[in-house]
Amino acid sequence: MSRNHVSTTVNGDQVEFLCETEQTLLEALRDELRLTGTKEGCGTGDCGACSVMVDGRLVCSCLMLAVEAKGKSIETIEGMAEGEALHPLQRKFIEHAALQCGICTPGILIAARALLDRNPDPSEAEVRLWLAGNLCRCTGYHKIVDAVLDAAREMRGG
Amino acid sequence: MARIVLSGTLAPYTDGVLELQLDVANVRQLFQALGERYPELRDHLEAGIAVAIDNEIYQDALLQPIGRDSEVILISKIAGG
Amino acid sequence: MAAMLKYEKKDLKIVGTRPPRPDGVDKVTGRARFGADYNLPGQLIGKVLRSPHAHARIKSIDASAALTLAGVKAVVTRDDFAEMPDEMAAVGELMINFRDVTRNMMAREKVLYDGHPLAAVAAVSESVARAALALIEVEYEILPHVIDVVEAMRPGAPLLNENQYTAGVKPKPDHPSNVAKRLEFGCGDVAAGFKQADVIIAREFNTKPVHQGYIEPQACLASYSADGQAELWTSTQGHFVFRAQCAKVLQMDVSKIRVTPTEIGGGFGGKNNIYNEALAIALSRKSNHPVKMVMTREEVFRGTGPTPGANVKVKIGCTKDGKITAAEAELNFQAGAFPGSPVNQASMCAFTRYDLANVRVVGNDVVVNRPKVAAYRAPGAPIAVFGVESVIDEMAKKLGIDPIEFRLKNAAKEGTQTYYGPKLGSIGYIQTLEAARAHPHYSAPLGPNQGRGVATGFWFNIGNETTCSLNLQEDGTLTLNLGTVDVAGGSRAAMAMMVAEELGIEFERVRPFVGDTSTLGFNFLTAGSRSTFASGMACVIAARQVIEILRQRVAKIREVPLEAVAWKDGRAQPVDASVAQFAPMSLPEIARMAGKTGGTVAGHAEINAQGAGPGFGTHIVDVEVDRQTGSVKILRYTVVQDVGKAIHPAYVEGQLQGGAVQGIGWALNEEYVYGDDGVLQNPGFLDYRIPVASDLPRIDTVIVEVPNPNHPYGVRGCGEVPIISPMAAIANAIENAIGVRLLQQPFSPPRVLKAITDAAAATR
Repeated sequence: MSRNHVSTTVNGDQVEFLCETEQTLLEALRDELRLTGTKEGCGTGDCGACSVMVDGRLVCSCLMLAVEAKGKSIETIEGMAEGEALHPLQRKFIEHAALQCGICTPGILIAARALLDRNPDPSEAEVRLWLAGNLCRCTGYHKIVDAVLDAAREMRGG
Repeated sequence: MARIVLSGTLAPYTDGVLELQLDVANVRQLFQALGERYPELRDHLEAGIAVAIDNEIYQDALLQPIGRDSEVILISKIAGG
Repeated sequence: MAAMLKYEKKDLKIVGTRPPRPDGVDKVTGRARFGADYNLPGQLIGKVLRSPHAHARIKSIDASAALTLAGVKAVVTRDDFAEMPDEMAAVGELMINFRDVTRNMMAREKVLYDGHPLAAVAAVSESVARAALALIEVEYEILPHVIDVVEAMRPGAPLLNENQYTAGVKPKPDHPSNVAKRLEFGCGDVAAGFKQADVIIAREFNTKPVHQGYIEPQACLASYSADGQAELWTSTQGHFVFRAQCAKVLQMDVSKIRVTPTEIGGGFGGKNNIYNEALAIALSRKSNHPVKMVMTREEVFRGTGPTPGANVKVKIGCTKDGKITAAEAELNFQAGAFPGSPVNQASMCAFTRYDLANVRVVGNDVVVNRPKVAAYRAPGAPIAVFGVESVIDEMAKKLGIDPIEFRLKNAAKEGTQTYYGPKLGSIGYIQTLEAARAHPHYSAPLGPNQGRGVATGFWFNIGNETTCSLNLQEDGTLTLNLGTVDVAGGSRAAMAMMVAEELGIEFERVRPFVGDTSTLGFNFLTAGSRSTFASGMACVIAARQVIEILRQRVAKIREVPLEAVAWKDGRAQPVDASVAQFAPMSLPEIARMAGKTGGTVAGHAEINAQGAGPGFGTHIVDVEVDRQTGSVKILRYTVVQDVGKAIHPAYVEGQLQGGAVQGIGWALNEEYVYGDDGVLQNPGFLDYRIPVASDLPRIDTVIVEVPNPNHPYGVRGCGEVPIISPMAAIANAIENAIGVRLLQQPFSPPRVLKAITDAAAATR
């Protein structure tokens, strides 16, 4: 069985990989590119742990075929910090203890950043609704919401 | 002699005897004495019994001393999740 | 052997504060490596063939076609694993029947549930592995199945194990049964107690199995070497226990298996047992390649253990002044395919919050054609307490007594005799009730179709075998090697905080990590709310040992008597100028000289921590019920809990919030749905509905601290108590909102709607 050759951009870098036709973008990121920060929790688009940005759009990478990444611009958790400088969301998550086991954290951070990019001043209800696609089993979401609202405040210059 | 009280769950293995006096110096001796007296109890002692010695609970503490006037209660071991 | 350390009240600099956790940056950047994030060169992908039937005899398994598929390197079936005797075997501390362990891992005579593993393959890619599974031919003789616990208990029910006779029954029964074990105990005389009662309430409850719901599916990577040694990376709550179980089923020396615990993406009790690990090692041995096995979400639901579903009967008698005179419960728990539900623990938690003279509890551990149950945060307790706290609430209402007042009237306290034997020591139950009553939530106004519910919970907490080692590095910083897996977070920070507190140095100078099994002696699982208590105790013992060695070293270096040297504020200093004067030495100074003055300074501890302190909690919840749809919305939730001492308050709050939300999901939506064919219909997160952010309000927490006298910092542990009360609290709130009591979990919209309709019909 011959594999497909895919050229794409991930976190600003031009990359190439080989994949089977039925492999998902999530599998390609993790197994071909060894970017294991994006997680598989369910494989059916229900948990959000695999959240990435594709051409500026929040996507469950388990619901996208790897071959569809051709020519696209993908952003994963590995690209969120700039060198040692963490994104305000990342810093606030640590400050507010908004993570416990951490498996949902990359997906939630990507989703939260997508929210703040389009709505810099969300209400608590808006944050909760936006993050409804990201399951967390450890925290009960309370500290996650606090961290997102606090990061939004800081990013607005408050 | 220490006063030994057994949890009701053990009654089927001791013909209903739930309280007895034994001259034992530690938990290991206690389990040995009980196992000799009630052979059916032996498996259950190892499998899942904790002891409360004068109301302090001990799990897997075979060398824990038992005083001459101690009260020892045998209860189910606790695990967790 | 180190002695246990008792509580000492003192001024604290670090314990009780909120420093950032050491694993935080790795987890927010995606750098932290969980089970599926490990890879080895040349690795194969392993996949499991699972039974599509709820109950069947395996007549034959033929994997020959699978082996001829290009890219398939090994197949294992029951023939590759030794028979284990039908007896309890000591594995670390757990007594386990390995006859069941090996069969759950890979079926031998029968498949006992939809999802039961039968065979496993290792191939060059996932797609080849899946294709290989399809080529394995299995001949089944399908048998009638039973999944309901009450049905399974009836004579004539299909039997899972024809050789199982109910234990705990005298004389021994002459017919085999699905009831593996019956237990009965109590105190006083319940018949007399009920005679004294002015009011008696008896109710029957039914619950469904729910899954721990960890977001990370089980994942492991095994590498077997031709010299008979194996390395295993796995997502686990207990790497030593996994090593022990693998060694036993594979008949290997324990020290030939080196298990590295990866970061774990949630466990809650569900990762206390091996599933694929021994299969991966066996496949690696056969194929001579590393083998990686990651479960799909569907496999997690079909193949790993949920908590039991149950049938629970509760009867309570009370005087009209609100004093409970008698309490009785019957707990019938599903064990799944093999015996071992937590019915005994549930039996001991059911009534422990109350000071009762007359109690009787009967429990039955019943096998059914479902996955073997696994532990889930305070195993068994939430189910029993759903029943008991619901009846307590009904009783309080019937007598016209405030629900918290009613509980205070009957509350257990220090010295109360439990109905299972020992007296309770120092506990904080009453304090949590009083704090709840004083909380503004308790007196906030409510609107139409809104109701408030209260319920309380108790868990024993445990200690158990724990080891650690603390090494002073040459620059004065320390590395702390912990034996207890840090499951969620925060425990490695809490341990480092206690060590830093003991040594009088900054928190950042102690680096904690969890070593693999070759670096320390046996450690029990991280479960039972034990790690801050037991691992904390071990760390403090190790730290005090280090201080002793430091004092001795400085005495020699400065040529003063040992009694002259005090350890204070992170330095060796003169106790008193009159005893002896010398220049103080800091940790870095001593460390620099350590190698040349006798060797590295280190401390260690190997203990079986005793003296765990029980935890109690009180929850208050406000709900609003939509009478048209049956939907229940959580408006407000407050968790009050006695944790003994919150080493790091933010992580304690996180445990309280997380546990409560799992309980909310358990109450409102979560359940396993089976068809008549015994096949699971909702093995995924779409239809197995756990709470999402928009379902929930903020979860307020109140930390009560009644120190555990058996821990140097008073720690009780806190992880399990918060999941116990929500089901009952929410049932009580619904009753207060719309006058209808839910006796069946979950309280999903169709069930609530039916209850409303039935109640309306009954009053016509």
